[in-house]
Amino acid sequence: MLLKMTTNQIHKLIEAVDEAYSAEGMLLAVKALSATQDPAVIPTLIKVLGYNNPGAAVAAVDGLISMGEPAVGPILESVDGYNYGARSWAVRVLAGIGDPRGLELLIAAAESDFALSVRRAAARGLGNLRWEKLPTPARAEAQNRTLNTLLQVCQDPEWVVRYAGVVGLEGLANAVKSEQPVWFNALKTQLEKISLTDNVIAVRSRSLWTLAKW
Amino acid sequence: MREARIQDDFEPTPPETGGEPLTTEQAIANLRGDDTGLRYYAAWWLGRFRVSEPAAIEALLAALEDESDRTEDGGYPLRRNAARALGKLGNQQAVSALIRCLENSDYYLREAAAQALEMLGDPSCIPALLRLLSGGVESAVQIPGKPHLAEPYDAVLEALGTLGATEAIELIQPFVEHPIKRVQYAAARAMYQLTKDDKYGNRLVEALQGKELQLRRSALMDLGAIGYLPAAEAIAETLAENSIKIISLKGILEHTLETSTTEPLKLSEDAIRVMTLMDSLL
Repeated sequence: MLLKMTTNQIHKLIEAVDEAYSAEGMLLAVKALSATQDPAVIPTLIKVLGYNNPGAAVAAVDGLISMGEPAVGPILESVDGYNYGARSWAVRVLAGIGDPRGLELLIAAAESDFALSVRRAAARGLGNLRWEKLPTPARAEAQNRTLNTLLQVCQDPEWVVRYAGVVGLEGLANAVKSEQPVWFNALKTQLEKISLTDNVIAVRSRSLWTLAKW
Repeated sequence: MREARIQDDFEPTPPETGGEPLTTEQAIANLRGDDTGLRYYAAWWLGRFRVSEPAAIEALLAALEDESDRTEDGGYPLRRNAARALGKLGNQQAVSALIRCLENSDYYLREAAAQALEMLGDPSCIPALLRLLSGGVESAVQIPGKPHLAEPYDAVLEALGTLGATEAIELIQPFVEHPIKRVQYAAARAMYQLTKDDKYGNRLVEALQGKELQLRRSALMDLGAIGYLPAAEAIAETLAENSIKIISLKGILEHTLETSTTEPLKLSEDAIRVMTLMDSLL
């Protein structure tokens, strides 16, 4: 919902976040900010990711995802200086937006973040990338790297990360189906293998579902 | 075999050693040794890493009789860790010793034993568990000066549900109205498992809207454990971490899939519905 607000009104909403002195107050302030859909609020939403307030962080993540592309650059710029908790929320935002500029961060997170919740969010996000935003030469290479990461993720010791890996593979396979039929078949074979051999029934079942859709 | 609880497996502080990681042989040796700290850690370690070989079981069973590691108020910390570990190792030899632990004066040992017996799944412990409920809700009160009730009711109720103790239904039912929510939920969980009556599942679904996060988490785990499919959407919307909601839905998915025992798996509409919710929480 686009509310065209004056700079002054935006400023007041930003202040409301800074001045919130209860967790609930902050949550409401963050939601109000997200609802403006105005890029001017992006830095404040990013700041909220670094506070120790999970409810507000979730709302900020949703807000940033709904902002889409304008949030990607600022998020990527802010990641290095961040505390770990904020970085894991940033992974979620990038996974939700699907802009390929987030690829490096998502790959690194999926492969080696020590928190399973970050690995699974990143894996899911890798299946959600909007490849059309990359020019063709760069695209195939990026997809290849993503494919390799997701294959690795499907061997993760945590079942939920493998589950997310299957979801990621489904997304990637759908994206490359017509351009890269050889990859598509390789992915299909991989999913068939998972559906028979993963030791967790939820993962086998998720692979079967993907195969059933094809 | 039941899902590990979320509060399981917090590693005790590793004792000061040369810094070498434990091996099975070393852990068993430590457990048989004299150093209390090393023994305590070794017992935890054997359970955590699922070391089920006979030597480990033997050493843990011996630790269940330990007299040397005591707390100021008469607790048996080493025995507690040994009980917890034995619950994870799937060896039925431990059942009778654990049943004896249900009569021990140490509340936390009784609790650990009830949980371990639930994991081992041998119904011969049911009468001993039922004895802990005798006196009913009226006796299920806090012990003066202690942070706990007279008995570890939630652990006992959950175990009875998992073990299919239908003979206990009348005894369990009143606990659904116990003053403490956590006990109510454990009773509702067991009653659902024993009667399959939706009203008990729905009780837990209501609990998902409760004000305390810790109780919402409990209800989520209970619903996953009993596989209550009607709760799926409510679970996805509960105010709690996605990680726990996913675990809960996994339990529901597993129950849904188990009811169709064909190999290869046949995906029902219900299974797809649950997976759709799980996908949205990743």
